[in-house]
Amino acid sequence: MANLYISESSKQKQLKPRKETIRFLLDYSKALSVTKYKEMTFETISN
Amino acid sequence: MDQQLQDSCLVKRYLDGDEKALEVLINKHSQRIYGFIYSKVYDRDVTEDIFQDTFIKVIKTLKRGKYNEEGKFLPWVIRIAQNLVIDHFRRNSRMPKFEGNDEFNILTVLGDPGLNAEKQIIKEQVETDLKSLVAELPQDQQEVLIMRLYKDMSFKEIAAVTGVSINTALGRMRYAIINLRKLVKKNNIILTN
Repeated sequence: MANLYISESSKQKQLKPRKETIRFLLDYSKALSVTKYKEMTFETISN
Repeated sequence: MDQQLQDSCLVKRYLDGDEKALEVLINKHSQRIYGFIYSKVYDRDVTEDIFQDTFIKVIKTLKRGKYNEEGKFLPWVIRIAQNLVIDHFRRNSRMPKFEGNDEFNILTVLGDPGLNAEKQIIKEQVETDLKSLVAELPQDQQEVLIMRLYKDMSFKEIAAVTGVSINTALGRMRYAIINLRKLVKKNNIILTN
């Protein structure tokens, strides 16, 4: 029986962003509010 | 088509204030967008930065109400990522930098051309030894050797300065080297760095 010479490490690792990055983006989205006044747009980041 | 419908639905929900919809959108497309960026920059940290900047732009555009690409969310995000990748390369071409990684460290190739402290000491020792050996040689051989090796003069010039024929100057040089070898052997001196 022929051996399969494929090790676990040779498998391509999935490319995914870090959890922290996703968390940051979600927090940023929650914190960001955009206010429009006439022709102007204001961005506010609330902590 | 179904996915596009789903995306536009999620975008609409997000615009209506459902933050959870954004999380679904990010998680749904993160792998493709991240993979796309990584395939261009081949660096995990840079990919992470560009991925983050891409979604910051996405969030800002959506919240400003400027998103109008109905049902084409992913291609739109990919386009933003692509522009940011181009910006990254533009910035780097103005200020190129090289970063090593685990497999290759630039410091292994770019050595310090100067000698380290140990080699400097050895070099000084060798030079001192050599000086004292040369001093042991007969005066005429010493002269030729110094003029040839340290003053880089030709044998013709040496012959003219010392007032002997070129053949005599050559002979003195030959004997100087033979005698130096003998002295090195006799005194058991190591003249290598």
